[in-house]
Amino acid sequence: MKYARHFAIVAVLVVVGAIGTYLLLDAIYALPPAASEEAVAIDGLFRGHFILISFLFALVLVFILYSVVVFRRRPEDPEDVEGDHFHGHTGLEIAWTIFPLVVVIVFGVWGARLLTDIIRPAEEEMTVQVSGQQWSWRFTYPEHGDFTTDELVLPVGQPVRLELTSLDVLHSFWVPEFRVKQDLVPGQVHELRITPTEEGEYKTRCAEICGTSHAYMISDVRIVSATAFDDWIQESTTSIVELEPAERGQLWAQQFGCTGCHSADGTALAGPTWLGLYNSEIQLASGETVVADEDYIINSILAPNDQIHSGFSPNIMPQNFEELFAAEEEKYDGEVSILDDLVAYILTLSE
Amino acid sequence: MAFLRSLARFLYYFLTSGLVRALVGQTIGMLIGYGLVAGIRALMGLEPAREAAWVAGAFLGVFTSLLAAGVLGDWLRWATGRETKLRHGPPPGRPEWTRYLGVDYNHKVIGIQYGVTSILVLLVGGILALIFRIELAAPGMQFLTPDTYNTIFSAHGIIMIASILAGVGAMGNYLVPMMIGASDMAFPRLNAFSFWIGVPSAMLLIAAMFVQGWDTGWVAYPPLSVRGPLGTQLFLLGFYLNGFSSIASAINILVTVLTMRAPGMSLFRMPIFVWGSVAASIIQFTATQTVGLALLMVTMQRLFGLGFFDATYSVAGIPPGDPILYQHLFWFYSHPVVYVFVLPGLGVISELLPVFSRKPLFGYKWIALSSLAIALVGFLVWSHHMFTSGMSEFLRIPFMFSTLLVAVPTGVKFFSWIGTVWGGKLTFPTPMLFVLGAISVFLIGGLSGPILGTVPTDLHLHDSYWIVGHFHATMFGGFVFPFFAAIYYWYPKITGRMYNETLGKLHFWLMVPGFWVMSLGQMRIGLLGMRRRIADYDPALGVDFTQTLITIAALVIGWSILIMLYNLASSLRAAPVAAPNPWNSRSPEWQVPSPMPEFNYDQPFVVVGEPYDYGLADSTYVNMSPAPTGD
Repeated sequence: MKYARHFAIVAVLVVVGAIGTYLLLDAIYALPPAASEEAVAIDGLFRGHFILISFLFALVLVFILYSVVVFRRRPEDPEDVEGDHFHGHTGLEIAWTIFPLVVVIVFGVWGARLLTDIIRPAEEEMTVQVSGQQWSWRFTYPEHGDFTTDELVLPVGQPVRLELTSLDVLHSFWVPEFRVKQDLVPGQVHELRITPTEEGEYKTRCAEICGTSHAYMISDVRIVSATAFDDWIQESTTSIVELEPAERGQLWAQQFGCTGCHSADGTALAGPTWLGLYNSEIQLASGETVVADEDYIINSILAPNDQIHSGFSPNIMPQNFEELFAAEEEKYDGEVSILDDLVAYILTLSE
Repeated sequence: MAFLRSLARFLYYFLTSGLVRALVGQTIGMLIGYGLVAGIRALMGLEPAREAAWVAGAFLGVFTSLLAAGVLGDWLRWATGRETKLRHGPPPGRPEWTRYLGVDYNHKVIGIQYGVTSILVLLVGGILALIFRIELAAPGMQFLTPDTYNTIFSAHGIIMIASILAGVGAMGNYLVPMMIGASDMAFPRLNAFSFWIGVPSAMLLIAAMFVQGWDTGWVAYPPLSVRGPLGTQLFLLGFYLNGFSSIASAINILVTVLTMRAPGMSLFRMPIFVWGSVAASIIQFTATQTVGLALLMVTMQRLFGLGFFDATYSVAGIPPGDPILYQHLFWFYSHPVVYVFVLPGLGVISELLPVFSRKPLFGYKWIALSSLAIALVGFLVWSHHMFTSGMSEFLRIPFMFSTLLVAVPTGVKFFSWIGTVWGGKLTFPTPMLFVLGAISVFLIGGLSGPILGTVPTDLHLHDSYWIVGHFHATMFGGFVFPFFAAIYYWYPKITGRMYNETLGKLHFWLMVPGFWVMSLGQMRIGLLGMRRRIADYDPALGVDFTQTLITIAALVIGWSILIMLYNLASSLRAAPVAAPNPWNSRSPEWQVPSPMPEFNYDQPFVVVGEPYDYGLADSTYVNMSPAPTGD
């Protein structure tokens, strides 16, 4: 056969090229550490894909580059030289239709089985409700008296079912070390299952464009030992009533996402800073000037569009804080007033 | 004095051109529409409702723009029972160049109008990309605010799509009639309409950036797109109106190919590019409507509060709206449309490879049918954009299989290209280099796809920079590189002159390595956890160095494209006159003088052989002067 020698050389080069490509991919395409059972399983599929990519990349590129080098027109060739004349080869065409078909079916079955594995409910799951809003996260533990916080803390080795929803636009929950991702849809609750395997500190970052501060919609995720988790939840749920109102106010400000737009250090974010706000004179967008006293602050939290601080846009701040606060206060049997706490906290920023 | 007089003449021709009239017409229409709605509401004692007034102005402005440009003239005369002649040639009493700025019915003029528009819009989109690439070179905010960042990346997306669609229009309009031996498109007036409705739509997209901008990306997912500022609304309308262009030009291409081929040109004897163009047109003709519907529904939710996508809107026990429904409607078009971008590009690769390999195209029928197969399978895969959206969990599995299936016809193309170059006598002028560059880049794009197709790996990669790397590689490999190859290849046909080969090669050797670095870098940071569409990133991700590298690579790509533009512009007058058939091609358009005559072929040719029989002695594809058929 005319090309036998060429094919032999190419075959060797493809093997060498595939191994080289795989080593290259291994060097430049690192995944973050795997910190969940799902991540370990998914990384196996990643590896399978990288092997396939390396082989196919080398296969196509080696053939093309070999042709470029060996089958180029040489200086000694006459001006009107033509290549070999053949139109195609039905056997080959059928072969390179069937071969990829088999490969994609194998990967499809692998993917489908893996997917059913990672979404299957486990026994003794712990439920955490995740709620997103522009541009903050809230995590509620229904099995621990609906305790709510702005960081996600989970015990290692405990299967967890996250129930995700959004209060405004689409968001997406993604901790790269867990590998799995799920959008948060307003008006709907969707599930995501994770079994953390490595203690450590991670972050969840919103992965679906959600407006101005999308890049900064980040919360801490901590995986801790079972005892540390029990201690943390014990400490967090009991002490809040005993705190000073201003200290509680600071916690609420984080938990309800206020600090996403209102800084405590004078930085201009999407909303006015709270530093030196209390009792200061404020220019409104309507042209009026008002004093930022307690009434103004409470009104601005409950009805944010009423009095717009000049230089800031309306309709950015959520308008449902009255309901959210009431639901939260119920957990403490009305022993706390979130509005009063927030005012007390804002007051301390002017002292 | 002579200079002043020629300047005055130029200004006169420019200011009375169809383009200027279109823009003035649009402005006047917008003002009237805005005034009507605002005025009526004022008379009724209602608030001004700025957005509704803008929408009325936008619709009226498109109509008056087309009217002022002169696109609708013939149709309006027909409606009143008058006949019109199909005008061809330069406008009477005006210089030749003015026909490119006005309404013209010649498919080659329209093709060039599309091509120039495509490149200008590409420059706008490219500059936007470079602005935010420089912002992303380091963590922290450098010189943009998050809101301007969001507007710029959103605009980059839709503006590049407009550019690519114009580029697809350029190739289809210029090449298809020429390749099949037709004197023009089947519907020349509709052809002009397709181009000219793009002008006001593009203006709306650009205006959207300046009226408060928008932050939804080009996908405009509700509820964000329902809550977004006024810019969102203008973007929705610009996107919507551009759809008319797609649908009308697709009809034109399909009818032209089906009814106007030269004698003897059976479907399997057409130049292979035509197959790519037909497959792309089938998609444009049948899928564009759903995205138009989705965009209109968002508009109605914004204007009238109709809660199609509002999950909190429920009256008297009626089920609420569903934000995910939008994503189904959107991707039912917006996935297939990527094949509209790449199928003509892949057609260019298949068209040029045999010419520069001096060999027949390997497996012509397989390549032709694989284009149709990609178009067909492309309709069945849209939900892979929604694997994390919250759609039905197990419905993801059939969509995973259909998505992976795209690899099969795509593989057929790659393997057939190998068969084409194997055993040839390859030469490497600039167009061939860009074809080979396209294959390498499309390979990166293609191979980074299946890992997104399998759901478990997609759960990590979704909305990450892996996606950004993947689709830029498919768009550059499937469209941008082939488009540039086509520009260099047909430049002597269009202008009659030869571009500068050294500058062409310089362009290639800057752009290809630049693109590899950019694309591979984007995939790397995506794996590490870099999200798409973020103005700022956490240094803790460990991606700073790669980000800087990507920015440098993007700047290199930008500079290389400026070199191409300089090359094309400076070769227009100064370069040597090109040989009539510089590539020694068998294709019919190279058998007649360059630039192409007004009606392409003085007498119709007859197809007497296979299109790509390079190396077969005494064979030709077309007989340019067939004996008269004694009638």
